[in-house]
Amino acid sequence: MRRRLFGPRVKLAVGAALVLLMVACAVFAPWLAPHDPYAQDLMARLRPPVWADRGSWAHPLGTDNFGRDLLSRLIHGSRLSILVGLAAMALALTIGTTLGILAGYLGGRVEQVVMRFADAWQAIPEILLAIVVVAVLGGGVTVLILVLGFAGWEVYTRVTFNLGRSLRERPFVEAAIAAGAGGGYIMWRHLLPQMIPVLSVIATLQVGQLILQETALSFLGLGLPPPTATWGNILAEGRERLWVAPWIANLAGCAIILLVLGINLLGNGLRELLDPKRVGRG
Amino acid sequence: MAYLLRRLLLVPVPLLIVVVFVFVVLRLTGDPVAIYLGIDATPEQEALLRAELGLDDPVPVQFAWFLLDLLQGDFGNSLQHRAPAMELVGARLPATLQLAAMGLGLAIVLGVLGGIAAAVWNDRLPDLVLTALAVIGQSMPSFWLGILLIQLFALELGWLPTSGREGWESAVLPTLTLAVFLLPNFILVTRTAVLETAREQFVATARARGVGSARALFRHVLPNALNPVVSLVGLQLGRLMGGAVVTETVFAWPGVGRLMVSAIFQRDVPVVIAGVFIVAVTIVLANLVVDIVQAAIDPRIRLR
Repeated sequence: MRRRLFGPRVKLAVGAALVLLMVACAVFAPWLAPHDPYAQDLMARLRPPVWADRGSWAHPLGTDNFGRDLLSRLIHGSRLSILVGLAAMALALTIGTTLGILAGYLGGRVEQVVMRFADAWQAIPEILLAIVVVAVLGGGVTVLILVLGFAGWEVYTRVTFNLGRSLRERPFVEAAIAAGAGGGYIMWRHLLPQMIPVLSVIATLQVGQLILQETALSFLGLGLPPPTATWGNILAEGRERLWVAPWIANLAGCAIILLVLGINLLGNGLRELLDPKRVGRG
Repeated sequence: MAYLLRRLLLVPVPLLIVVVFVFVVLRLTGDPVAIYLGIDATPEQEALLRAELGLDDPVPVQFAWFLLDLLQGDFGNSLQHRAPAMELVGARLPATLQLAAMGLGLAIVLGVLGGIAAAVWNDRLPDLVLTALAVIGQSMPSFWLGILLIQLFALELGWLPTSGREGWESAVLPTLTLAVFLLPNFILVTRTAVLETAREQFVATARARGVGSARALFRHVLPNALNPVVSLVGLQLGRLMGGAVVTETVFAWPGVGRLMVSAIFQRDVPVVIAGVFIVAVTIVLANLVVDIVQAAIDPRIRLR
């Protein structure tokens, strides 16, 4: 077998480095950002980044239409994306895993109802649910987390259901039943721990997709209202000034792609390390 | 036939979920009358609508009325345009369907070709380049891709218009943006399906019988690798319509998505709900078509 140029360990390392960098930005944003992300300076509007002709180190990535420092806004913008991504993932993971294990272990009626429900849910795009909620209730961090979290549970249900159903037949479960263990105990102490590797891969990859959805909703104006520094808002503002200040939209795009690419590399690397058979390479 | 009947029975389930979801969200705000009428409503109008909507009835009865209205296509009048919300959405639907069909079509063609190429040259340069592009594509916010395309082809080169829906030129960039949004999954799934089918016993048998590698690929591997790709089409329909909403906004494409997004800013809830419902119906019907096609090409599904 030929050695791969870009094996799981390289993916893990590159992905982890990117993610750590972005998480560090988010955690230490107030200390890292050179300026206040909301401080306007109308004398310094639409300054280009430092590598352009008129750029300067005062604003390394330039400024936006209100003279706000773009680097500071991007650093602060990472906070909301990462927070929403992680919190919505935790919500989806909890709901989906609970339903999936129950359906897989109990079978019968529960299985029918849960799995038909998951099939139906799969057909509805998150963005439609988000549009309904934001149209009626308005946007906000909590609303974003709840909508994206409730929308994304069904991936976990499918996986934990299949795993639960096959694990149920294994001898260690029979032994636990013979020893007098109850259903709840078996599901929590015997089935769930077996699923953690697979769940960690799916959860990692889902955080990336949730962050993309959050930025898309922000971009559409369905996230937090405009003065807030979110990557989607910055990109939407940049779109209005593409002709004179293309760097605003493009640097925000770069920030998003670097974080999500890091997460995807991390998730793919984990998957290949944990389950080398399913990579699909000959 | 039995399969078809069973499948038809499942059609209303996702729609019912959407209806319940919308109903619950509307009731979460307390009084939906204020939402439906807007802020400049008089108390008489509110009383009239409250009686008309039956808001003094118990909640299950209210839900029944709500459902009955939706079944008749009655979503109320647009607050902004003083016309039935359904008519407004219906007028925008062809543009959305056109965009979605073109984007999906292009993604399938390019994705299947790319996936086959990656599998044929497995672990060689084309494979590494294609899988790397697919992972980068999965990390790309599609609205940014649209904006990059606008910068290059509309602002720099001036070849194509930045927005609108007039003539074929205006459809190129939105179609491309939507296709690239779906493309990575089609490349990766096709690649895996071809690689896994190629490892099957019957392919080895065919090769041992003296069937050439090209003939084995086209006559034995590809027809059998088709199934996962068709199911992917069904699984991607939700993302397709979600992506269409975003793409329409980027390119000012006059479809249902753009209508819904601008309706949100006008607090025009009836239009939003009509749009969401129509998009959900589109997804569910398209899903039905995909399932029937899949059952037609793979008899094992009919027997399940």
